[in-house]
Amino acid sequence: MTEQFDVIMVGGGHNGLVCANLLAKAGKSVLVLEANEQAGGAAVTQSFADGYSVSSGAHLLYGLQPQVERDLGLKVRLAADNMSTIALSDDGKHIRIKGSSVQGVGDNDQAEMRDFHKQMLKFSSLLRPFLNKTPPRLGAGGREDLATLAQLGLKVRLLGKTDMRDFLRLIGMNIYDEVEERFSNPLLKGAISLDAVLGTHLGPRSPNTILTLLYRLAATGGRIASPAGGMGAVTKTLADSAQKQGVDIRTSKRVKQIIVDNGRATGVRTEDDDVFMSMTVVSNADPKRTIMDLVGTRHVETGFARRIHHLRMRGNAAKLHLALDGLPAIKGLDKKDFAERLVIAPDADYVERAFNPAKYGETSPNPVVEMTFPSLRDTSLAPAGKHVMSAVVQYAPYELKAGWDDAARARFEDAIMDTLARYAPDLKGRVVASELLTPPDFEQRFGMGGGHWHHGELTFDQFLFVRPVAGAAQYAMPLDGLYLCGAGAHPGGNVSGAAGRNAARAILATEKGS
Amino acid sequence: MKTYDAIVVGAGHNGLTNAAFLAKAGLDVLCVEKNDYIGGAAVSRNLYKDWIYSNCSYVCSLLRPEIFRALELHRHGLQVTPYGGGVTFMENGDYFGTYWDSEVAHREYARFSKHDADASVRYSADVMRQCRFIRDSLLRTPPDPTSFKPKDLAELMHLGKQFYEMGEDRMYETIRFWTMSVAEYLDEYFETDVIKASMSGSGIIGTALGIHSPGTAYVLLHHYMGEVDGNVGSWGYARGGMGAVSKAIAGAFQAYGGELRTDAGVEKIVTRDGKVKGVALTNGDEIDANIVVSGMDVKRTFLKCMDESDLPKAFYRRVKNFKIRGSSGKLNIALDGMPTFPALPKGSPLLDGDMHFIDSMERMERAYDDWKEGTWSKDPYVDMVIPTVTDPTMAPPGKHFMSCFVQYCPPKVEGREWTDAERDEFGKTVIDQIGDYSPDFKDLILHVEIRTPKEIENEAGLTEGNIFHGELTMDQLLFNRPVPGYAQYRAPVGGLYMCGSSTHPGGGVMAAPGANAAREILLDLKRQNTVPENFGDD
Repeated sequence: MTEQFDVIMVGGGHNGLVCANLLAKAGKSVLVLEANEQAGGAAVTQSFADGYSVSSGAHLLYGLQPQVERDLGLKVRLAADNMSTIALSDDGKHIRIKGSSVQGVGDNDQAEMRDFHKQMLKFSSLLRPFLNKTPPRLGAGGREDLATLAQLGLKVRLLGKTDMRDFLRLIGMNIYDEVEERFSNPLLKGAISLDAVLGTHLGPRSPNTILTLLYRLAATGGRIASPAGGMGAVTKTLADSAQKQGVDIRTSKRVKQIIVDNGRATGVRTEDDDVFMSMTVVSNADPKRTIMDLVGTRHVETGFARRIHHLRMRGNAAKLHLALDGLPAIKGLDKKDFAERLVIAPDADYVERAFNPAKYGETSPNPVVEMTFPSLRDTSLAPAGKHVMSAVVQYAPYELKAGWDDAARARFEDAIMDTLARYAPDLKGRVVASELLTPPDFEQRFGMGGGHWHHGELTFDQFLFVRPVAGAAQYAMPLDGLYLCGAGAHPGGNVSGAAGRNAARAILATEKGS
Repeated sequence: MKTYDAIVVGAGHNGLTNAAFLAKAGLDVLCVEKNDYIGGAAVSRNLYKDWIYSNCSYVCSLLRPEIFRALELHRHGLQVTPYGGGVTFMENGDYFGTYWDSEVAHREYARFSKHDADASVRYSADVMRQCRFIRDSLLRTPPDPTSFKPKDLAELMHLGKQFYEMGEDRMYETIRFWTMSVAEYLDEYFETDVIKASMSGSGIIGTALGIHSPGTAYVLLHHYMGEVDGNVGSWGYARGGMGAVSKAIAGAFQAYGGELRTDAGVEKIVTRDGKVKGVALTNGDEIDANIVVSGMDVKRTFLKCMDESDLPKAFYRRVKNFKIRGSSGKLNIALDGMPTFPALPKGSPLLDGDMHFIDSMERMERAYDDWKEGTWSKDPYVDMVIPTVTDPTMAPPGKHFMSCFVQYCPPKVEGREWTDAERDEFGKTVIDQIGDYSPDFKDLILHVEIRTPKEIENEAGLTEGNIFHGELTMDQLLFNRPVPGYAQYRAPVGGLYMCGSSTHPGGGVMAAPGANAAREILLDLKRQNTVPENFGDD
């Protein structure tokens, strides 16, 4: 007998869990089908060497929305909050950035940083309310859509003449020109450039990189936190809360098809040929996988299929995990500094040069790195006295021209280790075990197409009204009964839970309306 | 001493257009030019024997037909002859041709890919729709979105209406079009590398961006929105070289009673009590005027010809940081005969148009990477034309003039000034590239003039040799051009106006900035408007 639910959730990533939870809270019977052995999607803590664990995917919290915690009545435990960023210099003269303050640079740069940060925060706060809202439709004329648009328009106008002009000028610009205009310290320019391009297929010179920076700031004003127990603990909290709400979570159940009957999604079929029926199917998978693989293009209109097909979601970020028998020595860093966020992006040109090869399907010979040593604040992750390093490394294009074979992986890992060794000469000797995850690995392990963390580039053409694609930005897909709730939907990536929450609200609002 | 109603600085096509419309309205106008010839970057020069070089700009399409008609440029000798094809030569000996005849074009696409042939129909329709949207704004003054003045609100409403009336799908399409990179945009239509490479060039000509940089799809538009004889998107040659355009506009200006003075470089724009008083020439002469209009780019106008203390601080900073980057070079070549291109049949109509030698997207983008590193592209994107195939007046019988526009070429080499040896090396790179596809080309060369941004700046006065007077990126378009709050042609000094390509709608031999500025000036003077604003053709 096929089981019947009100809602079936395809995939138990953090957004899926949030969405499922809220739907259950509203009285729905909800089934979550997760392909992996544990729920959490790319927000998981996994062991990669005997005794060593790490947040395999995302490793820092930039944007968990307070609304999500509030609505679910839970609190994520943090090992560290409000972390500093230390931009490493190979001569040991690092700079430290926390919000608007920066140490280790000249007075002029400090003043400019205060001004820059203030301005960016102001502009990002324009975007913030929209993170937790369904994007309006243009032209289709719902009253609520118009009200949301008017609200954005009004907010921009209320900035006042000077700020409004700056906003309209900056919003389309690249970060490179802005940091070159303002700052003189190369480390500062590099670190800000890195923030703007992390997780994207963009270099600092690419227009649109101010938008990506604003987006990052919009979530929590640029506060960076590290969850206790790794990212897996966050999704564990979310899963527990969902189950408490009555959500049925089944792991190791891979959905292979969304069943369409008479132009309506009516259920799903799993890899082991179980069938589950429901009036509503919500996909936490990325839009491409959802439409192209699970639904099948024959069930949707050609123009929509084409747009989904062209969705840009080729990942560029790799992760390197190191199990270490002790902390390495980095000139100019104290032990406690290792608990902060360390970045290698010595100047804006360095970041741009790292990006260049990615355009041609090659990895960066001198990559940019964002690293953390989470074991320093969280002893559960490594044996006593030992440590774990978790690093996001760019650029490692999903489609490597030569293919991601063992040689290519080894070459890239060597390039990263050589880069790290310039700052931590004794690092190589301390490595007990290592794990490199490339975008194809992410795709394979977490099911995110293209290994793209955000389920699609965060560029203007895939942002807000047009995320994931034009005409489908309101969570409802153009197939009755089918919704999208993952990072591919507005507002996009990072462990924020916003897409899941917005989707749940959109689903409930639709039902109320019909 | 005489006080003119207006002095226009620089006899480029925009300065002259502005001056012509002001004179047509009855003002007493003087146009001063630093060179001993007029035209700015729309110029024909006789630098070698009997050859005429279109020394800077080389093809014509963007010149607004409304301006052409309003100034009766045909009466002043301007003839634009459309040209047919174009070709991209491939490393494997094949080529991709572009044709105006849609059936032939379709067959050519299909030779590479049936899919692309079908996509090209959709592509043209989509791009033309974007063209119509933007064309409407060309002869309009951008609204100030921060202002509550009725005129600005009305203009904003107009923009909004244009946008809204497209319908939901088209609105999304427009948002995407304005923000995407040309590479990604083309990827959505085509699968063949050479076809994409051949089309992507229009997205980067004259800009310091690569084909993968977001925003370049719009630049594509900037090259498509022109027309010749009512054929939107077509390109042509001005008979007698691009100088014919300036000459005709100057003719109109003088016919309206305007006064033109060459060899009259401006040293300073003179102000008194926060108001413009006139100009001081490099030879020491001072000329008074109630209004000064600068056809120069904003950096030259405000940083070179004015004092910092004359200007509001925030404005000064914005002008200083205005992006106006040299990214293009030029080779003008006198040829002893028509070079042969063995890939094409003899007398192929494709030779009438623009020829390119980069056949892949990767090569296009790599050309940009070289520029970012402060050097000229080692495998450049060359937009090459031989106008004398269509217009025999530019060279002696049987001889030819070849113009090679080269992307990318930096204003300085790795941060220092160009040396002559480097300039020659740059020229050799281009000649070698062409030589690879035309075995007799090098032997036919009689004279070569190599222009890096430095030479272009020295000659035409374009800062860094930037052909558009400033990058065409979103932060410098529409109401952001040249500086937010100053997009309506008025400078922050009483009586001072801007009419060059640094202002909306930007560069290209379009003459729209000059015309729009004239409209605003006449409005301030409460004179009758002489500037056309409506499109008869859309």
